[in-house]
Amino acid sequence: MNITLEAWRQPDQKSAGQFVKYKATDISPDMSFLEMLDAVNTMIVKRGEDPIAFDHDCREGICGSCGMVINGRPHGTERGVATCQLYMRHFKEGDTITLEPWRAKAFPVLKDLVVDRTSLDRIIQAGGYVSVDTGGVPDANCIPISKVIAEEAMDAAACIGCGACVAACQNSSAMLFVSAKVSQLALLPQGYAERKQRVEKMVAQMDAEGFGGCTNTLACEAECPKKISVTHIARLNREYLIAKVG
Amino acid sequence: MELNSKIPEGPVEKKWDNHRFNMKLVNPANKRKYHIIVVGTGLAGASAAASLAELGYNVTAMSYHESPRRAHSIAAQGGINAPKNYKNDGDSIWRLFYDTVKGGDFRAREANVYRLAQVSNSIIDQCVAQGVPFAREYGGLLDNRSFGGAQVSRTFYARGQTGQQLLLGAYSALERQIGKGQVKFFDRREMLDLVVIDGQARGVITRNLRDGSIESHVADAVILGTGGYANTFYLSTNAKACSGTAIWRAHKRGALFANPCYTQIHPTCIPVASDYQSKLTLMSESLRNDGRIWVPKKVGDKRNAKDIPEDERDYYLERRYPSFGNLVPRDVASRNAKAVCDEGRGVGDTGLAVYLDFADAIKRNGKAWVEEKYGNLFDMYHEITNENAYETPMRIYPAVHYTMGGLWVDYNLMSTIPGMYVLGEANFSDHGANRLGASALMQGLADGYFVIPYTIGDYLASSKFPKVGTDHAAFKDAQRGVDELIEKLISTRGTKTVDEFHKELGKIMWDYCGMGRNEAGLKKALELIPKLRDEFWKNVRVPGSSKSINPELEKAGRVADFMELAELMCQDALHREESCGGHFREEYQTEEGEAKRNDERFSYAAAWEFNGIGQPEVLNKEPLTFENVKQAQRSYK
Repeated sequence: MNITLEAWRQPDQKSAGQFVKYKATDISPDMSFLEMLDAVNTMIVKRGEDPIAFDHDCREGICGSCGMVINGRPHGTERGVATCQLYMRHFKEGDTITLEPWRAKAFPVLKDLVVDRTSLDRIIQAGGYVSVDTGGVPDANCIPISKVIAEEAMDAAACIGCGACVAACQNSSAMLFVSAKVSQLALLPQGYAERKQRVEKMVAQMDAEGFGGCTNTLACEAECPKKISVTHIARLNREYLIAKVG
Repeated sequence: MELNSKIPEGPVEKKWDNHRFNMKLVNPANKRKYHIIVVGTGLAGASAAASLAELGYNVTAMSYHESPRRAHSIAAQGGINAPKNYKNDGDSIWRLFYDTVKGGDFRAREANVYRLAQVSNSIIDQCVAQGVPFAREYGGLLDNRSFGGAQVSRTFYARGQTGQQLLLGAYSALERQIGKGQVKFFDRREMLDLVVIDGQARGVITRNLRDGSIESHVADAVILGTGGYANTFYLSTNAKACSGTAIWRAHKRGALFANPCYTQIHPTCIPVASDYQSKLTLMSESLRNDGRIWVPKKVGDKRNAKDIPEDERDYYLERRYPSFGNLVPRDVASRNAKAVCDEGRGVGDTGLAVYLDFADAIKRNGKAWVEEKYGNLFDMYHEITNENAYETPMRIYPAVHYTMGGLWVDYNLMSTIPGMYVLGEANFSDHGANRLGASALMQGLADGYFVIPYTIGDYLASSKFPKVGTDHAAFKDAQRGVDELIEKLISTRGTKTVDEFHKELGKIMWDYCGMGRNEAGLKKALELIPKLRDEFWKNVRVPGSSKSINPELEKAGRVADFMELAELMCQDALHREESCGGHFREEYQTEEGEAKRNDERFSYAAAWEFNGIGQPEVLNKEPLTFENVKQAQRSYK
């Protein structure tokens, strides 16, 4: 099939960007979206131009590196997949596809579709852990956890930190990302001792990084490649309230 | 070169205890005076960096990713082994040790493997304390499952995302130390050289991938946890950025490279579909617990799977290996898949696939049960192939997955360059010629959490460190070398892309140094690779500038290293005139077609010494002795 790309090109953080058109010809429907981009980039390199830069690595939807806004939707229109798991069979002959980077104040564009998401790491540094040093921990089975609770914690822990929730949000809020970690550790007995400080510090860091507030539009859940539920945001809110008044 | 593996005295089960007592300690107040660089922050690197920082050392950690959470450890699906014997099925440290030595086809060092089995239980405790949500039973205790190469259930797992959860555990420990300022983390930095001064590793040269600047970092010791080199084959299950660059450049600085030909070809991957394919996707080996592998009995049978009656199907693993069945180790499963496809009994359009069928499991336990256990894998399969594996069997084929070879290290995980340590997949230490499932995560974390924090102290406490800065001639020279290499790549301005070269190299390696190898093929590869390398340096096209984000330049540097490493892999494969584990030399097989080792001649680790680009490397041997597990023909019948 033949398609047209309108891709965001921006040489570096300081320069202005613009959309540039590229023709992608002879694209197989069985190609992954990133394989299509590889093909376009090969053509660009052959022409002696600078290829479209984008982050990617595992190409199986788990590392969280890839992510672009495709036709206005983070990771494209398919539910529950990252950009690398999107296949060209979901597009039609003659389609024009727009490609943009994540747009958020806390994710400055480094080049083309590559953004800096280290703000998410700094939120984790603020409290997204259980304070245990290596060694000196009890036997694993000393901490029984109900299967239901463990499964729910795992649902939250499945977050891949890609930032699609931020890109989807009209306020560029990182609430779904932050709540996934707060919720995982609030559900588990291991996280109990630090639950109050954790939620306060992580939310404070989220604000300091320039992410917006949550106004419950639920766009984050709709675009999350791991289908992380907004019930974790509800749990974060409860944790936050307990920390403040409890 | 004299190789001293520094295996401690005493019976195997006492060696680590004895050694821990005999090693020198660094006084707690003195630890902050030492500076350690950790390159790579996957399971091994992140766990090491966090644990060393907790002890009080000054740590610099770096990754070519934007965040440690992007490391390829994240993609491990199946699980992590530990002989907790929670299932009461006869497991023990000794049994895990035995299984791993045997699974590695008697080409691993007994003392290392025993220590690995010994510390593995502590890993599970550590991860649970961090909040890793392992799968649980209804009573609230941890669940286990079985995995290839073992007859006990000792694998802990978190759905099909065990690597993700373990990495996020180590990542959280590391981020905690970064937050405290005990670890300084450099994101988007690629190590391009090792700096050795007066025989000691004293730092690294990196390229800042954000702006292309070349930087020097000084330390008292350097730890590499930079993963494996399976991407030499272009198509593999590794992430796109995985490379051999850090270990290869350290190799060129004098670190010996052991058993480079030991490559793991994983049996359960989604088959190659076309030539635009950029990578291969693994389907967790855990699927073999409930899926049955088969091909048609008749050659060239092109009927749909459901139209082939039961008595015309060949469940070849169950037939040939009745006691292990579909749970034979990976090398055996892969070789058998290749054999039935070579006979013309492969399935799918290309004929290079076998069926992995869940019909019986669904009939026995229901679709919901299968969905709960393997749902995410079935979804993944559907996304890629557009087929529903609940209704038609999956098609799978072996793919390059892991490299057992790596930099040679002694019992302390130190390479042949004093002060440079190598952890996880980047070293050669524990898996011999074949790695069992669920043991890569175990090794990465064992090295990082429970081995290096002890052994590095012994080195620091017993060595002298003259003060050096980045203005030292050795740093300047290394920096100049890196600059020149980059300039050469950028200025060639040829006509072929980096990927085109990489694909060609990958095809040579897959054809001649893949699942089956023979003398003629390897000799042919050794002619083709240098030719391709020459062409690369004359005709590669790297667009853009070296002073900005430039993914093509990053790839070009990695492929340049693969071009050299590939030659060493073939040299090693050619010299090893036996079949063992993942290294199957077609000339050396039993009458039944199984791998035939030659213990008299090849019971050693082959540690190669760099001798100039394009020059044959010099072979050094570390003899392997087996005092506890009797060397025998492996049998999974």
